[in-house]
Amino acid sequence: MESTGTHHNQGMHANHNLTGFIIFLCSESVIFLAFFSGYALLKLNALDWLPHGVEGLEWQTPLINTFVLVSSSGTIYLAERQMARHNVWGFRGWWLATMALGGYFLWGQAVEWSGLKFGFTSGTFGGTFYLLTGFHGLHVLTGVLLMALMLGKSFIPNNYKGGEQGIQATSLFWHFVDVIWIILFVLIYVWQRS
Amino acid sequence: MIMRGELITPENDLVDRTVYNGLYTMHGTIMLFMFIFPVLNGLNNLLIPTMIGAPDMAFPRLNAVAFWLVPIFGVILISSFLLPGGPANSGWWSYPPVSTQNPLGNLVSGEGMWLTAVALSGVSSIMGAVNFVTTIIRMRAPGMTFFRMPIFIWTAWAAQSLQLIGLPALTGGAIMLLFDLVVGTSFFQPDGGGDPVLYQHFFWFYSHPAVYVIILPVFGIFSELFSAHSRKPLFGYAFVALASFAIVFLGLIVWVHHFFPSGVPEWMRNLFMVTTMLISVPTGVKVFAWLATIWGGKLRLNTPMLFSLGGLFNFVFAGVTGIMLATVPIDIHVNNTYFVVGHFHYVIYGAAVMGIYAAIYHWFPKFTGRMYYEGLGKLHFFLTFIGTNLNFFPMHPLGLMGMPRRVSSYDPEFTFWNVVASLGSFLLGVSIIPFLINMISSWVRGPQAPQNPWNAIGLEWLLPSPPPAENFEENVPTVISGPYGYGTGKPLVENQSAYENQSLLEA
Repeated sequence: MESTGTHHNQGMHANHNLTGFIIFLCSESVIFLAFFSGYALLKLNALDWLPHGVEGLEWQTPLINTFVLVSSSGTIYLAERQMARHNVWGFRGWWLATMALGGYFLWGQAVEWSGLKFGFTSGTFGGTFYLLTGFHGLHVLTGVLLMALMLGKSFIPNNYKGGEQGIQATSLFWHFVDVIWIILFVLIYVWQRS
Repeated sequence: MIMRGELITPENDLVDRTVYNGLYTMHGTIMLFMFIFPVLNGLNNLLIPTMIGAPDMAFPRLNAVAFWLVPIFGVILISSFLLPGGPANSGWWSYPPVSTQNPLGNLVSGEGMWLTAVALSGVSSIMGAVNFVTTIIRMRAPGMTFFRMPIFIWTAWAAQSLQLIGLPALTGGAIMLLFDLVVGTSFFQPDGGGDPVLYQHFFWFYSHPAVYVIILPVFGIFSELFSAHSRKPLFGYAFVALASFAIVFLGLIVWVHHFFPSGVPEWMRNLFMVTTMLISVPTGVKVFAWLATIWGGKLRLNTPMLFSLGGLFNFVFAGVTGIMLATVPIDIHVNNTYFVVGHFHYVIYGAAVMGIYAAIYHWFPKFTGRMYYEGLGKLHFFLTFIGTNLNFFPMHPLGLMGMPRRVSSYDPEFTFWNVVASLGSFLLGVSIIPFLINMISSWVRGPQAPQNPWNAIGLEWLLPSPPPAENFEENVPTVISGPYGYGTGKPLVENQSAYENQSLLEA
């Protein structure tokens, strides 16, 4: 008998967003855990892991990408600091820098994909490779879109009277995506010999 | 249930075998994802805010999205009956490599529709779970500390945590299987280097806890009802509350017991046998707490109480067969026989569905403002209880005799018990009739319900029946004592009489 009451006390509601989002991220990490453990299990049990004609993965481009993504976690932190000091333009600057780094990461990923000699259906290696990088890339894209949304919101006057939860949540999400990438990088690119 | 019953009676083919395969697959999926889960989420939606004194859920819009996904995946699931190849027919667990075969070669196959529906239902349940947990953590009435929460809130919280941890694994597995089926990857395809047992891990990592997702809220219902209708405080409140999370923890590490015969290493079998047996400890704590609660109480044998008692009886029986199944040698002997089918139907129908009925009768007056008819309710109880036992008990001897599950024809030596089971299932079908008549007619023109027909303790009983749209609104009471103070004379909230009188005036 409580279905339509959406309009009461927005301030109180905003308070829950971060809690809900953290709970969601915990849940989200399990799906990555499932994919990672699946990858490890398949790789350990595989007879010939790499598809025919593939020697191994080139690791320089992904390494640059890793630096880009890790430093973007730094810039988003700086953006948050600026926001805490109520310097909205400083926030927007660092926020845009983070978005640019995220965009560069996606571009680098696309370049890497287009240069590969195997596809999604090339055995379990191809399958898990594209599944993991693709699913992670989707998260990066989501992060960039979320940031664009928050940037747009920052131009609405009086939007930040106790309502910075969206920014905190986006930042948290971005750090999450970053950590996932580091694990993924170690699993796929560093651990090449089985 | 009726559909299932119709199939067991004939010794041979009433329907042909492929259709039967499709039917049992869809029976499992529909009952789980489209009956039990939505009904439990409905109960959560009504009970959580009222029991903790919140005006609404934390995220009403998210709630609406999660709700409307249910009919969407329902339509997807059911419409697969109309496809040329029929619906998914590889069993509700959909193991590869059987499930990745697509003989007709159509892009849209029954199996693909099934996987899509399962993934969508996962998304919907995760949304719901985020919402419930946030609501419980952040929106309790002042003074309601964790150890003053009703047990139902504890169990709902535990169950939704399981959803949050387990569901992503199933959703991930379903997506990978969908890729195998549609795109042609080979995650689980042995001929491409994939591993079918990996899917079993993904599937049961969620689907075993799913049982606890169903049964935990029912434990909560039992705790509420036994205490209220025996007029005694719940025995060992803190232990019952914490046992819920012990079940969550153990429930997450028992999944391998579902596929002991699937080439699982010896150490894994033994490990999971032990964890599976351990889980009976917190469960046992709860059962003994309920028995101690009922013991020497002034029992009121009305419909909700009867359903709770019947459900407890069935649950204890299921617990005994559960321990038997946990033992590796027995499990391998009866694997894939009717013994297993009997065991889980006792849990799901015998305990969970009976518990849900109990909850419906118990809180019906609160949320509709009308009383149900006691006579029809009791008739419903007796039909259900007898039907359940008649239907599902014979599956145990059948399983021990070696009748495999998922077959539409069988050896004549199994006939006797099969006939009994089918009679039971017809009885169960009939039992729904008095329930529906009771619900509809008493909702429309039943007698007005008072604010607190059971003299029960709890915030929801301090609201008028039915409660207003935002429950207590600004006027949330301050909780000053634990939830089950029956016979102790302690008031639940500050200024309790004001709430009681105020709502009496409104009604």
